[in-house]
Amino acid sequence: MNGRIPSVTLLSLFLFAVAADSAAPPDSSPVIVIQNATILTVTKGTIEHGSILIKDGKIAEIGASVKAPKDATVIDAEGKFVTPGIIDCHSHIAIEGGVNEGSISVSSIANIAEVLDSDDVDIYRDLAGGVTTANILHGSANSIGGQTIVIKLRWGQPVSKLPFEGALPGIKFALGENPKRSNFSIPGQPKRYPATRMGVEETIRGAFTEARDYKSAWDAYNKKVIAGDKAALPPRRDLRLDPLVEVLEGKRYVHSHCYREDEILMLLRVAKEFGFKVRTFQHVLEGYKVADEIAAAGAGASTFSDWWAYKVEAYDAIPYNAALMTRRGVVVSINSDDAEEATHLNQEAAKSIKFGGLTHDEALKLVTINPAIQLGIDKRVGSIEVGKDADLVIYNHDPMSAYAVVQKTLVDGRVLFDRDKDIAGRAVLEKEKKDLLAKEKAAAKKTDEKKPDAKKPDAVKKPDEKKPDEKKPDDKPKPPSDSDANGGAL
Amino acid sequence: MLRNATFAVLSLLLLVCLAPTASAQAQQPATTYAITHAKITTLVGLTIDDGTLVIKDGKIAAVGASVEVPAGAQIIDGKGLQVYPGLFDAVTQMGLSEISAVSSTVDSSETGNFNPDVIAATAVSPSSEHIPVTRASGITEVLAVPASGGFDSGGSRSVVGGQASAFSLAGWTMDDMQIKRSVAMVINWPTIQTRTFDFATFSRKDRPYSEAKQEYEKQVNELTDWIDRARHYAQAIGHGGPSDFERDVKLEALAPVVRGQLPVLVFADRARDIRNAVEFCDKQKLKMILAGGEEAYQVKELLRSKNVPVILRPMLSLPREEDDPYDVLLSQPAQLYEAGVKFAIGSFDNSFARRLGQNAANAVAHGLPYEQALKAVTIYPAQIFGLGDQVGTIETGKIANVIVTNGDPLELTTDVKYLFIRGQLTSTDNRHKRLYEKYSNRPKP
Repeated sequence: MNGRIPSVTLLSLFLFAVAADSAAPPDSSPVIVIQNATILTVTKGTIEHGSILIKDGKIAEIGASVKAPKDATVIDAEGKFVTPGIIDCHSHIAIEGGVNEGSISVSSIANIAEVLDSDDVDIYRDLAGGVTTANILHGSANSIGGQTIVIKLRWGQPVSKLPFEGALPGIKFALGENPKRSNFSIPGQPKRYPATRMGVEETIRGAFTEARDYKSAWDAYNKKVIAGDKAALPPRRDLRLDPLVEVLEGKRYVHSHCYREDEILMLLRVAKEFGFKVRTFQHVLEGYKVADEIAAAGAGASTFSDWWAYKVEAYDAIPYNAALMTRRGVVVSINSDDAEEATHLNQEAAKSIKFGGLTHDEALKLVTINPAIQLGIDKRVGSIEVGKDADLVIYNHDPMSAYAVVQKTLVDGRVLFDRDKDIAGRAVLEKEKKDLLAKEKAAAKKTDEKKPDAKKPDAVKKPDEKKPDEKKPDDKPKPPSDSDANGGAL
Repeated sequence: MLRNATFAVLSLLLLVCLAPTASAQAQQPATTYAITHAKITTLVGLTIDDGTLVIKDGKIAAVGASVEVPAGAQIIDGKGLQVYPGLFDAVTQMGLSEISAVSSTVDSSETGNFNPDVIAATAVSPSSEHIPVTRASGITEVLAVPASGGFDSGGSRSVVGGQASAFSLAGWTMDDMQIKRSVAMVINWPTIQTRTFDFATFSRKDRPYSEAKQEYEKQVNELTDWIDRARHYAQAIGHGGPSDFERDVKLEALAPVVRGQLPVLVFADRARDIRNAVEFCDKQKLKMILAGGEEAYQVKELLRSKNVPVILRPMLSLPREEDDPYDVLLSQPAQLYEAGVKFAIGSFDNSFARRLGQNAANAVAHGLPYEQALKAVTIYPAQIFGLGDQVGTIETGKIANVIVTNGDPLELTTDVKYLFIRGQLTSTDNRHKRLYEKYSNRPKP
């Protein structure tokens, strides 16, 4: 670990400096004009050779030409494309430690907001892929999982600045193979209830039956208090049921991991029984089979582009899913579920042009305004409109192509990723890393000399030693990249 | 991973229910085809802007700007369309793995550390749903590679994994499809791993560096021993009659390796491992092909000087180290090209095989010349595996694995309009298309 931490810190310091350098001091919002760009507004069509004026972190003006104030930083985007920041409706970045409290079937007590990690380098990597907002979810080991939070990718800022102000929090549900632990049996350990889809339904119904009673008890108590009953005793607080009461009251969104058509309909039935809404179905790989029912319930669907066959419930997954559900009136987004996949969500969205015939603009919506709607933040982000947050991406090509590379990413009107500066700064970083390693080696040598009986082979960690797998949430099927044993990434 | 009887039954049921009702491949007998007025990218010489391609008896019979259409040929009007050699995915588990989480559908990795005698072709299921899905994306031939990791490796990766097989993605039986039964011997180069995952207890295990290094050395010594014994065995076969030595099928399988007839496909990603593997193969005089190669750029001079070609895993992967440049894997192909290292790109998977073109395009976006990217998924893998005279370009006499598209085959939005595999006009129909059509037609409830 010693070998890596300093360089990471350096990296973040350096990148922070990049951001600061391209604009005013980090505290004040710079005035920026992006000029000569093809602006894909998403909601108001495309503007060729257009300009965007950014002030106080917001989009102040859009048009064929805007008046650049004297103090404005001008970004010439001749030949380039500007889109709203990409919104990832299913992410597990910026989480310290594991994402699954897998020990129990109702883990609503766990809250991702409490384990956010602003130093996670994946924040920067996803920014480099144009992502500006992400829905950070608990894992899928539980029928009712932990509480979720929407963040902005404000790289370089403290963890307190990550949450998306005013975005409603959520809770992760999960249906199917993961909560019933189909692919995760541990020898010697008894099976956890539920082990079937029948049991998954009953786990959710059971929890909401309790939550409803709990809510009634609180409602009765509050009534008594209002009526002036000073002797009224409050019910015992239940941290597990509090978030479920918020769901019943519409103050917390349900984001439910699911695959098969039957379990999608099951959750809609349970939601109807208890009077809550399913905000989004996540993954929802068989959503195309019950698209009408999802649309009628007003639920959103956030799916993968083309993942399939990694488990039985993904065997009927088709790359036409997003397009087919869109055609049936569902608000659809394409999500990543993976720090790497998030770096090219624009490309993943473009696949719906080929598979199912979405138009260029419809495909772009899958990773911009649609996830914004699903997360209830579409008044702030998801399109390029005056008054919205200046979360923008500048690409060197049309982003609905595999040849498009992100040049700059802005969050709240600040350039937090700049490709040219990233490349230009690498030599400096490399040198600092070398110096630090040399320093550490020298220090270790000294320690060794002081303690002649120290075990030599282990005293100094080899800098090129294999990087330990730090986080491998067990619900993430991953595109092939790392063949290391990964804790059953299914 | 799955030892659950319910699953076994379920997957069996699935396989039975979901088996294609009719084989998607072409059913007509060998025919002569002519694709006319198409833009033909042959990958040898200049692109023909308005040309004709003649396919006969499974082979490319003629190609050019002024080629006669033979009498009786089925004519495909290629106006506005483009012709390319089909893509070659250099590392997959095609046909060896259906649903990666269900062990009864997975035949890609044997147990034990030394399995030189197992051959992928033996276990390739021609009915795999992955085959039609993959070819619809323009991939016409693949290597099925045993013990090649991927999503379903289940933690077991033999040091000597067995022999990879090359085949075309259409045919009634593997005998039809096979291009070459044995094209390379898989070696998973041992790594020094201080942290491992124990699938028996589903937990991570840490151990000291010295212990991990010891195990690494033990495995390399064992490998050395196998190669030595194979060399002696090969000499014995060479000199005596069959009765002069005791037959050993594993050593027999390694004989072409030590004779330099069969290359070794060595999986290694870290620079240190690659260096060690190259040094080992150099010393043992093995013909090495590197697979994986995430840090190949760090040893590019060595790879070039020793003429070691590389099959790169998808560049759409995160860097290994936190402080690596974010695009280090995306820009690696351009770096290797500039350094003169020969490489191909593989998907290293089944489900994600259709991202092969996307990965190559991303390499172009990060500096690799377009034609090099196209060659890295066509003729280069063919040449690297000694199949350059059979597939990979549009040249007379080659197997007619050809795609006709409405655009750049590496681009996300391009459609494959016609697919020729082994000279047969082959359907692009597949499981995904069928489900799409079925549910597109679902009446409103």
